[in-house]
Amino acid sequence: MTRDAASRRRWRDAPLALAMLAPSLVVLGAFVLYPLARAFWLGHQRCDPTGANCQSNGWDQYIDVFRSKEFQQAFGVTFRFALLTVPVGLALGIGLAVLADKQLRGMGFFRTVFSSTVATSVAVASLMWFFLLNPSVGVLADWIGGVAKNPGLLQDEGTALWAVAVSSIWANLGFTFIVVTAGLQSIPADLYESAYVDGAGGWMRFSNVTLPMLGPTLLFAGVVLTSRAFQSYGEFDLLTGGGPNGSTTSLTYLIYGNNSIIKNNSGLQAAVAVLLFAVLLVLSLLQIRGVERRVHYGN
Amino acid sequence: MSYCAAVAAVRLSSLTKVFDGVAAVDDVSLDIADHDFMILLGPSGCGKSTLLRMIAGLEDPTSGDVAIGDVRVNDIEPKQRDVAMVFQSYALYPHKTVQANIEFPLKVRGVSKTERAEQARQAAATLGLTEYLDRKPGQLSGGQRQRVALARAIVRRPAVFCMDEPLSNLDAKLRGETRAELVALHARLASTFVYVTHDQVEAMTMGTHVAVMSRGRLEQVGTPQEVYARPASVFVAQFIGTPPMNVLPVGVVIDRPVLVGIRPEHLELDPTSQVRTTVTLVEHLGHETLVHARVGETPVVVRLDAIEDAPSVGDDVGLSFPERHLHLFDPATSRRVDA
Repeated sequence: MTRDAASRRRWRDAPLALAMLAPSLVVLGAFVLYPLARAFWLGHQRCDPTGANCQSNGWDQYIDVFRSKEFQQAFGVTFRFALLTVPVGLALGIGLAVLADKQLRGMGFFRTVFSSTVATSVAVASLMWFFLLNPSVGVLADWIGGVAKNPGLLQDEGTALWAVAVSSIWANLGFTFIVVTAGLQSIPADLYESAYVDGAGGWMRFSNVTLPMLGPTLLFAGVVLTSRAFQSYGEFDLLTGGGPNGSTTSLTYLIYGNNSIIKNNSGLQAAVAVLLFAVLLVLSLLQIRGVERRVHYGN
Repeated sequence: MSYCAAVAAVRLSSLTKVFDGVAAVDDVSLDIADHDFMILLGPSGCGKSTLLRMIAGLEDPTSGDVAIGDVRVNDIEPKQRDVAMVFQSYALYPHKTVQANIEFPLKVRGVSKTERAEQARQAAATLGLTEYLDRKPGQLSGGQRQRVALARAIVRRPAVFCMDEPLSNLDAKLRGETRAELVALHARLASTFVYVTHDQVEAMTMGTHVAVMSRGRLEQVGTPQEVYARPASVFVAQFIGTPPMNVLPVGVVIDRPVLVGIRPEHLELDPTSQVRTTVTLVEHLGHETLVHARVGETPVVVRLDAIEDAPSVGDDVGLSFPERHLHLFDPATSRRVDA
């Protein structure tokens, strides 16, 4: 077929292709592209403190927001929250999945328990931890004592973010466990057997077979967990309400939170949301570019 | 460089392995001499791989003993058995380079970085892999991967090589070439090879000895020539040889209560014979012609040289059974009776 003929055929097929793509394009346009474009537009509008009288006045608002103390502090909180939750969540997920990967009697029970948090909503998980850490009635607060009793881990500026992170790690553990378990089950058994015959002990097999072969799985889980950490809202809203003293005001809480200082200012909220989108985009690209070179995707 | 192995005869004594009440290996005793190239041959599910895995230490015997040299190794980890294993899938680490794959057994043993790099290079040179050392397994062909698996096995100079159908993933041409390479490697390494296959061609062309297995039990052990020329049972007679040996029921060929076996190349078309049959199929294979017919209810095959005149389908032919080529088997036990 000549190039001209191929080109003609492509044009001839275009209406049918568009018709078949139309439902997806409508849904994508209505629920992703339009809100995104609208957020970009809103983000450059300057509104009065009540959120009314919004006016377009150039795009400088994005730079102003980026430079603001509130954004930088919220970005710092969110970044630290991700640093706390992602590595620990991944490590725990790998550890539990490796433990539960043994072909032992009754292991199905533990697999169910370890993966159960995936069926637990953020609200339920947060409430559970709220009560566990409550300085008056919380069992964990009783065990830990000290600052956990007065003023309480969620009420202390130095520990609040850690406490929220623990809740988040717990809530995400089921997801990480399931993903890593699936990854483990795709590793061919003969790689372990070969290493075993060659004399590799448990740690050598883990570091030379399990971890490298889990590369794609861990990259996926890492990107998802980082994205979730940056988008976490429920934990902050229910456990600390962004406090004490802004120590748990994440970017999402700055956008939506009841106690946020930009509450009601849709222009500023949209600007922060767009910047959060940009931050996540850059982070995901960095993660994928940086880690992918060391990740092996099979033969 | 030579890879001289320690003296490594392998002795299996009454070895049994039971999985969920089913004996995968059933009371197998086998002596594999030092420097032997022993082929464990049998159909899928006959227990040959399980037997090999017990030698390598990947399965614990339910009963019986495995000894390497003079040492009973039942309770000894694979690492201490001085055994290397080559898997059907090669089991190469896909994320490591060829060099790192070959070095791995030495790394596990704490050999210094420079020493193991040197030994890996030598093993790679032995198998013609020098130019591929920096590649990953995914960038190699099947034959090259197979050689990397071999290089990883020879690099630590084990006393015994266990190979589990290492050629089965190769195409026919490469398989033929690699068979010859393995025989040469065995001669050069002077190690004991235990090689599992279901392919009788591999068994006949590579092994110094062949152990034929069926349903977890050992049917016969001998040189390839012995198991072909004097099969110990109907199973061996029909498993080795293509087409398989013709085995005729009692009373058809001779007047004794025995099953009579005869290889297709020994069965003759004889116009004067009283055993008459009708040709049902003629296969011209170029170098030979296979004539199919039936004696009573039993299908038989006659192999003719290509230059011989072949009958046509539907022709009435006579078959003669030269006595010196007959194999007699007990109808009750299927074991050879003229031994």
